[in-house]
Amino acid sequence: MSEETKLPANIVEESGERNTRRAFLAAAGVAGAAYIAALAYPIYRYLASPEEMAMNATQIKEVTLKDAQKQPKGSVLMFKFGTAPALLIHHLDDSWIALTAVCTHLGCTVQYEVQADRIHCACHGGVYNAYTGANVSGPPPRPLKLFKVVSVNESGVVISRA
Amino acid sequence: MTAKRIYDWVDERLGLSELVAFARHKTVPVHSQSFWYYWGGISLFFFLVQCFTGVLLLVYYRPGAEAYESVRQITFVMHFGWLIRSAHAWSASLMIFSVFTHMFSVFFMKAYRKPREFGWLSGLALLGLALGFGFSGYLLPMDELSYFATKVGLEIPSSIPWIGAIAANLLRGGPDVGEFTVQRFFALHVVVLPAIFLPLLGFHLWLVQRHGNATPPREEAKPAAERKTMPFFPNFMRKDLAMWLISLNILALLASVFPWSLGKPYDPLAPAPLGIHPEWYFMSPFEMLKLVGMVFSSKYAALGEAVGIALFTTGIVLWVLIPFYDNTRESGQRGRAANYFGLLVIFALLFTTIVGYWTIR
Repeated sequence: MSEETKLPANIVEESGERNTRRAFLAAAGVAGAAYIAALAYPIYRYLASPEEMAMNATQIKEVTLKDAQKQPKGSVLMFKFGTAPALLIHHLDDSWIALTAVCTHLGCTVQYEVQADRIHCACHGGVYNAYTGANVSGPPPRPLKLFKVVSVNESGVVISRA
Repeated sequence: MTAKRIYDWVDERLGLSELVAFARHKTVPVHSQSFWYYWGGISLFFFLVQCFTGVLLLVYYRPGAEAYESVRQITFVMHFGWLIRSAHAWSASLMIFSVFTHMFSVFFMKAYRKPREFGWLSGLALLGLALGFGFSGYLLPMDELSYFATKVGLEIPSSIPWIGAIAANLLRGGPDVGEFTVQRFFALHVVVLPAIFLPLLGFHLWLVQRHGNATPPREEAKPAAERKTMPFFPNFMRKDLAMWLISLNILALLASVFPWSLGKPYDPLAPAPLGIHPEWYFMSPFEMLKLVGMVFSSKYAALGEAVGIALFTTGIVLWVLIPFYDNTRESGQRGRAANYFGLLVIFALLFTTIVGYWTIR
């Protein structure tokens, strides 16, 4: 080996050989990675199916809550907007407010308290304004998102994204 | 340098170098029949595929009343669910096939002889469990086909006097196949059978390490100097892995080109569909019982069934006990009687399977 490498012709040949070996290894590596990807892709998609279904559900623009108009003043209705829980509050002043019920602190479901007329999170004591969703006290960093109450009619209440 | 230090640290505590030394000294005999050594490994590979795809199916499968609906969801709603399910079903068949191949190669190489009797016995127990996996797994989708296959399959043990009916009722969870059956078959399939299978498989593999590969008598007759071997690591292992890759490709091809179908949901009031038949690996015993039953007139049908089961059981007992009556290990002892027995068994299995499929229509 060491004697042969002294010859210039052999050096050229050997480096050529090295190149083909490198090319082969690179091709084998790419092929192997493609093979593994071909196995992993269906498995990932299979496991991620519910997540995609949930994504489709969150793309909902509008929900109609049947018979929700019958709800008395000073009461709350829990419903699902897409996949997440939400609140529909019929205030004592006859206004209708809909907002997400997911606390912006750590994702607990909040509740409307009629007596205090506020939204409270039992997990860490966060408090929100029941008309605007603004975070009033406690750990929540952001306000609750408001939905738009499009109409309150004979058949129900229509709520859409703001 | 750091890698070496980490290796030394782990080695000092776990004794990795002993393992490496063991692997280096392990050899595999090389001769004209070496090809058959791959089949145990291939069986193991398909078992691993079963574990993997089985866990994936477990993610969405719900036993009991919702069984069919959840399998429908896996097959038609979840992305690539059809492929995972198809791979599980195909791999089950391929695993049974490779286990049978492995068993017959062991049989004809006389690899069950001293000191490998336990290897033979544990292997047969593993085959029995694998068939149990197949039978219990087949019901889980709860479609028409699986319903009737299980119904018929459980009728067979119920003809055994005294204990048969009790056993069948226990397996079914009542007199009929239904939600209770699928729930307990599920428990068998994913908890009970694996809990027995895995330690037994460990024992079986440990025995292979302990005794090494058996050589056929003709090879054993040669003087030690003439026998060729190759190192297990990395030579044989590389070939083993190549076989695994081929197996995976065959499985992927079968599973994607011939996806496993899902029939109509089972209906206990519906008549059995035409062309109903057991899975191929249960076809032979099914047909044997049918053939023996045909020999007897309808007046003695019950007797015929009992005789069929008795014959079949005798065959299995003879098969299991082969290491104890074909045990001569003197070099060159071929044990012709055992060979003829093996050929007879292969012939009977093939013949009854072919007849079974022939008479479906």
